[in-house]
Amino acid sequence: MKQDNAMTTPFVDHYDSLKPSLPGHTLPWMAALRDRALDSFAGSGLPTQKRESWKYTNLRGLKQLELSEQALAPQPLSIDRAPSLLPEGGTHRIVFVNGGFRADLSDLAALPEGAIIGSVAELAEKEPQRIEALLAQHKDSDDQPLVALNTAFMRDGLLLQLEAGCKLGNPLEVIHVNSAEEGVFAHNARNLIALAAGSEATVLEHHIGLNGSAYFINAANDVTLAEDATLRHYRIQAEGANAVHTSTLNGHLAENSFYDAFTLSIGAALSRNETNMKLMAAGARCHLNGGYLMRDKQHCDTTTVVDHLSPQTACREVFKGVLDDRARGVFQGRIVVHPQAQQTDGHQLNKVLLLTDTAEINAKPELEIYADDVKCSHGCTAGEVDHDALFYLRSRGLPQETAKALLIQAFLAESVSEIGEETLHEVFLEKISDWLAI
Amino acid sequence: MLEIKNLHAEVEGKAILRGLDLTIQPGEVHAIMGPNGSGKSTLAHVISGRDGYEVTEGEVLYQGKNILEMEPEERAGEGVFLAFQYPVEIPGVTNTTFMKEALNSVRKYRGEDELDAMEFMKVIREKTKQLGVSNDMLKRAVNVGFSGGEKKRNDILQMAVLEPTLAILDETDSGLDIDALKTVADGVNLLRSPENATLVITHYQRLLDYIVPDYVHVLAQGKIVKSGDKTLAQELEKNGYAEFTDQAA
Repeated sequence: MKQDNAMTTPFVDHYDSLKPSLPGHTLPWMAALRDRALDSFAGSGLPTQKRESWKYTNLRGLKQLELSEQALAPQPLSIDRAPSLLPEGGTHRIVFVNGGFRADLSDLAALPEGAIIGSVAELAEKEPQRIEALLAQHKDSDDQPLVALNTAFMRDGLLLQLEAGCKLGNPLEVIHVNSAEEGVFAHNARNLIALAAGSEATVLEHHIGLNGSAYFINAANDVTLAEDATLRHYRIQAEGANAVHTSTLNGHLAENSFYDAFTLSIGAALSRNETNMKLMAAGARCHLNGGYLMRDKQHCDTTTVVDHLSPQTACREVFKGVLDDRARGVFQGRIVVHPQAQQTDGHQLNKVLLLTDTAEINAKPELEIYADDVKCSHGCTAGEVDHDALFYLRSRGLPQETAKALLIQAFLAESVSEIGEETLHEVFLEKISDWLAI
Repeated sequence: MLEIKNLHAEVEGKAILRGLDLTIQPGEVHAIMGPNGSGKSTLAHVISGRDGYEVTEGEVLYQGKNILEMEPEERAGEGVFLAFQYPVEIPGVTNTTFMKEALNSVRKYRGEDELDAMEFMKVIREKTKQLGVSNDMLKRAVNVGFSGGEKKRNDILQMAVLEPTLAILDETDSGLDIDALKTVADGVNLLRSPENATLVITHYQRLLDYIVPDYVHVLAQGKIVKSGDKTLAQELEKNGYAEFTDQAA
């Protein structure tokens, strides 16, 4: 189905002229992969609200960016320090500026044996077969136009690969800094994470927009966890106020593997954080948690799809939203329990505080259960700050704004406590305090 | 220090207080007793500034200032404290954080320096010791999982920390067993001084065995219909409120 889609055109039009500048363009398999992806993307176009999974989020605003060929090329930005959230030392660090790897700002000196961390673009040159194998783990599908777009245009991103039994130890901080010195731009970050049997890593991913420039980030993340592997994946999306940020994560979890995620969304004019997790074998577990704090006219979409494909798999989701002014939140949580997936344990909760009458939440939980021996629950609530609690605090002298902020912070702290890596709680609580200005 | 003149208040368009007069001087303990629905809790809430109550007539002066114009937090700063009938549970906020914020807000309002964490802990340790309250309470979320008695003790601890000049106890005896009641009363008595006043609102006389009032008022149909000394409370315990409800009707 050919789409007449004004937002799709700039990408399709500029593809041929950009192709020779994309990493791996001399590799036949890579060129073929990109061509196929572009065809798929050109056919479907950017997702519109006609798609059920995009019912509440509209990418029409991208049209206003009027992306030129130049806007799709790498964007220079001179910075000499990455705004890290973790103290120097005791951390592995990798930095991407406007989508491109910056070795000078990264610190990967102390990686343990069996850990490969680096730039996808660099490795596409040096070890193309490694990238080929990783990209082959998650097949593009016509259902994911944004992933197809990413595959066609991807230039760089994080590669994190651990060999069997490798424990990364210190957390890996992944910093994506985005800012245009002039004009608008778009890039497609591709992050590839594959943990072999029994390996373990903690990743703190931080997306920062340095100013109010307009840009479009379309990230795709491929995550594969082998048996007994554990990935703790925590993210902060703090893009600039005029940015559009979309992120699609496709994950495969093998036997007894564990994916623990928390995403705090505070930035961007429009953002979508989509996670598709397939629990492939017994004992596979995922925790998909997060918080979204939005104000003004920000729009934040959280979409999760968890497929229970094997008996004895478990997922737990706790999301908390705080929406102020005219902000809009979207929460779509789908849990599919396939016929063979007996003894599934699925639990989903989305709680939202609406601070004004004009803020809006669209929540759509979906449970599709085809097995009979399962435990599944979901809950969605939307409400105001508790009046009784507010009066209680004010009657003890706390000014209204302080009292409100304290209650909101407490509301969010409950979701932060879901983060498995306790040493990182403070990083998130601080971001929340900053947002609340307390 | 507190002067209530011809106070009329409504809740959702329904008249609850209908011309209430009350004057309290420093150092005094006043008890307001009355049947259910007579307007006792409304009075407590109007003085402390809760939303949802509309004052249609009259005034409430505290230390000469019209407090009806003030926000609840300003009233707290002025020295008004309400011990709640049902103290609210606040998950995720520890008692220590809450009380430090409260004390510093009130100190700021009063033009005093805010306390740092160390100074605050010194104050709080002194108060818990004085009241015989366990320090364990401080680390827990405000009132979450507290027994009825613990919640009331927590309110009294807040009162001790904030050092109000007027304490209003809104049916603070409800749901308390006799031991908890005694602890709460001991706390209140400990904090009494010639400069401070206490307004005890209660349905039953038993609390007044422990917090002995200088004056007892009967509130019925939104007005004070009788005032007397502590013997009035004993009379009410014996005869009930029938006399007043009939009289007012």
